[in-house]
Amino acid sequence: MGQKMLMKGNEAIAEAAIQAGCRFFFGYPITPQNQIPEYMSKRLPKVEGGCFLQAESEVSAINMVYGAAGAGARVMTSSSSPGISLKQEGISYIVGAELPCVIVNMVRGGPGLGSIQPAQSDYYQATRGGGHGDYRMIVLAPSSVQEAVELTQNAFDLADKYRNPVLVLGDGLIGQMMEPVEMPEYKKPELPEKTWAATGWKPGCGRDRAIINSLYIDPSVLEKHVNHLYEKYAAMEQAECRWQEEMTEDAEYVMVAYGTTARIARSAMRKLREQGIKAGLIRPITLWPFPAEPIAKAAKHAKAFLTVEMSMGQMIDDVKLAVNGEKPVHFFGRTGGIVPTVREIITEVEKLAKEGC
Amino acid sequence: MEAQFLIAGFGGQGVLLIGQLLAKAAMHDGMNVSWMPSYGPEMRGGEANCAVVISDEPIGSPLVTEIPIAVIMNKPSMLKFTPAMEPGGLMLYNSSLIDITPDRDDITAVPVDCNGIAEELGNSRTANMVMLGAIIERTGVISIDSAMEALKATFGPKKEHLLPVNRKAMEAGAAAVRKA
Repeated sequence: MGQKMLMKGNEAIAEAAIQAGCRFFFGYPITPQNQIPEYMSKRLPKVEGGCFLQAESEVSAINMVYGAAGAGARVMTSSSSPGISLKQEGISYIVGAELPCVIVNMVRGGPGLGSIQPAQSDYYQATRGGGHGDYRMIVLAPSSVQEAVELTQNAFDLADKYRNPVLVLGDGLIGQMMEPVEMPEYKKPELPEKTWAATGWKPGCGRDRAIINSLYIDPSVLEKHVNHLYEKYAAMEQAECRWQEEMTEDAEYVMVAYGTTARIARSAMRKLREQGIKAGLIRPITLWPFPAEPIAKAAKHAKAFLTVEMSMGQMIDDVKLAVNGEKPVHFFGRTGGIVPTVREIITEVEKLAKEGC
Repeated sequence: MEAQFLIAGFGGQGVLLIGQLLAKAAMHDGMNVSWMPSYGPEMRGGEANCAVVISDEPIGSPLVTEIPIAVIMNKPSMLKFTPAMEPGGLMLYNSSLIDITPDRDDITAVPVDCNGIAEELGNSRTANMVMLGAIIERTGVISIDSAMEALKATFGPKKEHLLPVNRKAMEAGAAAVRKA
């Protein structure tokens, strides 16, 4: 660990990516993630082999990512909600072609151009695949600037491990806020060699041509390909699910929240405990694969669940699937760029406690 | 211990810097800190504000919606944030540029002649440091020494020669609001 620095989430993510070996960044400006490309534009040209390019559009940027990933580079792009929508076609192609890359979405209020303030209303898009086709992506949801640093570095390793894009899902608050950060010393784990990378084939170079492709005209061949992708997704579900639990052992009211909302729910939980209300918190760190297991476990003893989101209720679907009808699952959310307050969350849990459900 | 600040003024007054120095100094003192700016279509001369939370516990929301301590550098900010003050809260305001007092009798309002004091010291650009000195004096959340350390780190070697004038500004701001 290095020295403690006060850094913006966006800048910390950019630096963490460079430390993890990211040498290519392609993007297009949009608030509230602009400090990522800004930082990359300053830093990457000074790093050996580094290339920053501001594309003419999001569509162009994601296709540049496709190209660099195909050549075996560690590459990243970032955007915010409307921009991520534009990138979806490219993301689907990258998944189809089995290439690793990291995508950061600093979510803002939607739909449409929406607002520029923090939101979590891209959960469906992130976890259900915003693009077309049968596919999944690991979705990492940091709740602090320090965690954003760690998850960004993990994202590159996970992308390489599975040859699949990994999405880091923050929001305007995670991106804009400054918090103390210790930049960890990045240690690359043991990863398979990128023998599939298109790095320039010559006759007699000792390997087959590398072909980067997502087109499978023959349905039986495509079905086989998709089945192969789903074997990878099954392996991700097995190995990569992450969450954090606080005070769930004896909790009667279990809140489920991620990212920014989770830290506010944690403050609410502390105050509720002081009042004698047994509240707990489950914080999914991977939104896909979704941590259903701790939720199902908590459903055995909890009286009720409260899902808290900066949306009209999207993750609640996954919470309900995990609870599987055993206990009531309630919802509290603010949307459009409004961040819930500790007091609002406390009031919701107090209501449940009063009604006893 | 948790201290929550809302620091507001117009762009260019150094309100974001006041917040960053508070947060950085407290971080070096071993506290948990967060700094959250208002962001969006901001411009020089437009409104700017930031929220700073300093706590010995992990910080939940970095936003400050019911304001315990407000630092107000211009009149529009006073009008905007006075209704959001927590009862019993403390408001330090720049009386050089604000010719009214906050319309609340359940808060403590402390005028600080930031620009006047800064000009007296010969550098009007240190008005924000006068205010930082006043904040330090009235809240005790950090010391002038730790604020100076944070400023030194922010300035870097190129601006090191500006440190003494900034220290003077902080000390003058502290003296201006010192209780007898």
